[in-house]
Amino acid sequence: MQVLYFASLREQLNTDTEEIAAPTPTTTVCALLEQLRGRSELWSDTLNPEQVLVAVNQELVSFDTQISDSDEVAFFPPVTGG
Amino acid sequence: MISVQTADFSIAEEYQALREQNPKHTGAIATFSGLVRDFGDQSDVTAIYLEHYPGMTERQLQVIIDTAKTRWDIQETRIIHRIGKLELSEQIVFVGVSSAHRTDAFQACQFIMDFLKADAPFWKKELTNDGESWVQAKDSDASKAKSWQP
Repeated sequence: MQVLYFASLREQLNTDTEEIAAPTPTTTVCALLEQLRGRSELWSDTLNPEQVLVAVNQELVSFDTQISDSDEVAFFPPVTGG
Repeated sequence: MISVQTADFSIAEEYQALREQNPKHTGAIATFSGLVRDFGDQSDVTAIYLEHYPGMTERQLQVIIDTAKTRWDIQETRIIHRIGKLELSEQIVFVGVSSAHRTDAFQACQFIMDFLKADAPFWKKELTNDGESWVQAKDSDASKAKSWQP
């Protein structure tokens, strides 16, 4: 699946997009998040579930949403436009 | 009409476009514009930088417009949001709404702006002479959007 990072997350992780293979045909946002947070202390701190929003296929969803390899998953901080 | 763009916009042209859409039925046009000011989370802001999520932004703004159309008797809507680096006093955002009646135009315009701030995936960074920092989301913005719940 394609995973995107925006704004402060993109800068802190020094990554805007990456391709990640789902460990099983279907997984959840929560499992993906834990996989990413396991990379290092930086990833664990930056992707704090209490401070991060997630969109799947460009719609805001909850962390228990199911995802598969064909999905676009985006992590970003609370929005501040306008 | 929804546009996310780096270029500046002309309120006169946007207003004229709204006037021309339903010339016989429009009785009111409400517009809002947001500008870059010199304070926010920090004082002495010299410029801002705006980032967005291409695709999701446009979808989210369309959802907000569709919701406004179910709540008020409105005709046309125009939303423009700029991205990239913007200097002090530059225009950031425009919302224009036409309707037969002023109350619908006023309220829908404010509703769209409140939900744009709460739901649309834009992120703002403040630039100062001492460096730069991402703006923190405000509880007050979320509660303004929530206050519209019927």
